[in-house]
Amino acid sequence: MLKNYFKITIAVLKRRKFFTFISLFGISMTLTILVVVTAFLDHLFSAGYPEINREKSLYSMTLEQIDSKNQGQQSGPMSFSFVNKYIKSLKLPAKISLTSMVSTANMYRDNKKIRVFFKYTDAEFWEIHQFDFLEGKPYTTRDIDNNEFMVVINEDLRNKYFGNGVSCIGKTIDLDNQKFKIVGVVKGVPITRPHTSADIYLPYNTTKEDLKDPSYRGSFAAIVLAKEKNDLPKIRAEFAEIARKIPIVSQGGFNPDKINIRLDDYVESFLINLFRREDNSTFLYSLLVLIALIFMSLPAINLININTSRILERASEIGIRKAFGASSKVLVGQFVVENIFLTLIGGVIAIVFSLLIIFYINTSQIIPNSDLAINWKVLGVATIASLVFGLLSGVYPAWRMSKMHIVDALKA
Amino acid sequence: MITLQNIEKVYRTSTIETLALNNINLSVEKGEFLSIMGPSGCGKSTLLNVMGLLDEPSKGDVKIDGKRASGLPDKELSRFRNEKLGFVFQSYHLINDLPVLDNVELPLLYRKISGSERRKLAIEALEKVGLSNRMKHYPSQLSGGQRQRVAIARAIIGKPAIILADEPTGNLDSTMGNEIMDILMNLNKNEGTTIVMVTHDENMSKKTDRLVRLFDGSQVM
Ligand SMILES: Nc1ncnc2c1ncn2[C@@H]1O[C@H](COP(=O)(O)OP(=O)(O)OP(=O)(O)O)[C@@H](O)[C@H]1O
Ligand SMILES: [Mg+2]
Repeated sequence: MLKNYFKITIAVLKRRKFFTFISLFGISMTLTILVVVTAFLDHLFSAGYPEINREKSLYSMTLEQIDSKNQGQQSGPMSFSFVNKYIKSLKLPAKISLTSMVSTANMYRDNKKIRVFFKYTDAEFWEIHQFDFLEGKPYTTRDIDNNEFMVVINEDLRNKYFGNGVSCIGKTIDLDNQKFKIVGVVKGVPITRPHTSADIYLPYNTTKEDLKDPSYRGSFAAIVLAKEKNDLPKIRAEFAEIARKIPIVSQGGFNPDKINIRLDDYVESFLINLFRREDNSTFLYSLLVLIALIFMSLPAINLININTSRILERASEIGIRKAFGASSKVLVGQFVVENIFLTLIGGVIAIVFSLLIIFYINTSQIIPNSDLAINWKVLGVATIASLVFGLLSGVYPAWRMSKMHIVDALKA
Repeated sequence: MITLQNIEKVYRTSTIETLALNNINLSVEKGEFLSIMGPSGCGKSTLLNVMGLLDEPSKGDVKIDGKRASGLPDKELSRFRNEKLGFVFQSYHLINDLPVLDNVELPLLYRKISGSERRKLAIEALEKVGLSNRMKHYPSQLSGGQRQRVAIARAIIGKPAIILADEPTGNLDSTMGNEIMDILMNLNKNEGTTIVMVTHDENMSKKTDRLVRLFDGSQVM
């Protein structure tokens, strides 16, 4: 039977070239969008260069202070001393790193302005993340203790500032009227990974922020690396205990009565950034799932539409088959197989299109340093999506068609 | 073979109600060649469709081989149509996307028969209607008479006990029409196939065993 379904499918597809083309075009466009979006989400959320330890990491990006009497609220990154005192004091993690939010500055070279993003980090930053050093090496805790003015820059900046591929270790750059010695050059990180993306990485000792300032708010955040994934809940619990004991202090007329600070996994921290909602992560996850579902239902509806017209156009064939003994069930089977087959062909075309689009995104500078890829995960999603869509979009029209009266179908 | 009891068929549209069949009682005997005649719109096709289980009557019973057909689940109705009945339509109703051979094989697709066996039987059926040299053609590449012969091959490939033909020669000139009629008569004589045929042609009906006349949905003879 299956072999026959295939034969019929191929015969029908071959005979109706224009219709096949239109259907395939619609299907492959829909699936292309899906594959590219999947690749993009994969790029956003899966561990990628240099954040290969994401699965074992927790992030604390914001401190929230709430004055519930006056309905006031302040939230933002933390001061150096706050992170040091309350987050770096965690015992369970393997490593804890502190980094500043990214800032921008202008640099000049041959009278040309270069806009750069820079951030301050500690030495652990280089241990938690797996940067590719094209040359040189990172600064160390010793360098920071010695108050060295050193930086690591990325490949892009090196090429713009010193020339393509020109070695620059030991050379100096000017940033914010200070001179820095370059000790390392790393491969660029896409801007979609805000924890690690920057043009210049500076040791925190060089910041102009007062590191001894005891107030809570500043420009720092923390990344905590667990020894293993199973430790994450324990670390969260340990931190919750610490957070409970953080004294609440008033400052500059702001009188908070509550402090919110948490360790989030990557997706949570990303979504909190995106939506500025901080209460519970189940809400955020359901939101993400909901958005994904809505997004996926659009192409599904589109496919159902394409397939319904494709199948109902063959009403007279349906009538003939029924007259000669095809049961509704058999016909539904035939059209579902036909649909899955067509959708799979569409899926293959979609992967080719997606590869082209992804190649374009990666090579053009739409997302600097982006490394979108069609990996097994994306391929799996595409295959499953093709099958599910093929099934879904085949069952409904097939069901409608099987309801059709033979005599009416024959007249059509 | 086929028994119709008190058959009534009403078509309702938003504006009018048409009584297409009115209290039809008819039985078709095994091996009989029956023809149905009547003016256009009198309900001949409706009657044939009800007999062939392609359409349900509004009232009354259809029995085939003593078995009541109304109310049977879709699966059994399909099997009935597949094993017992063969249809020939005025406008051929071939699947234009498939070549002649595949069109003829169609009823066997819904039986447990191997591909090679199917092929063999299809070629045999085409030989019977004298079209074995057109197997790879598509319906659109054939004349009307040839298409109707393909349709007959399709109707007989499953060796059904009954063939229901709705104006099989209606779209053909008299020579072609006579050829088709000869094929049907042969089937009836040599293979014992029961045939019910709707026709507008008195000469054709004269060649059959029995004639039923319809007028305005009622049997008049
Ligand atoms: N689907 C339908 N809806 C409404 N009325 C219908 C439908 N099919 C048939 N009729 C009506 O039923 C009556 C009988 O139609 P039928 O097709 O059986 O006639 P016929 O005898 O086969 O005519 P012809 O010789 O022209 O083929 C006609 O009045 C027709 O208008
Ligand atoms: Mg008619």
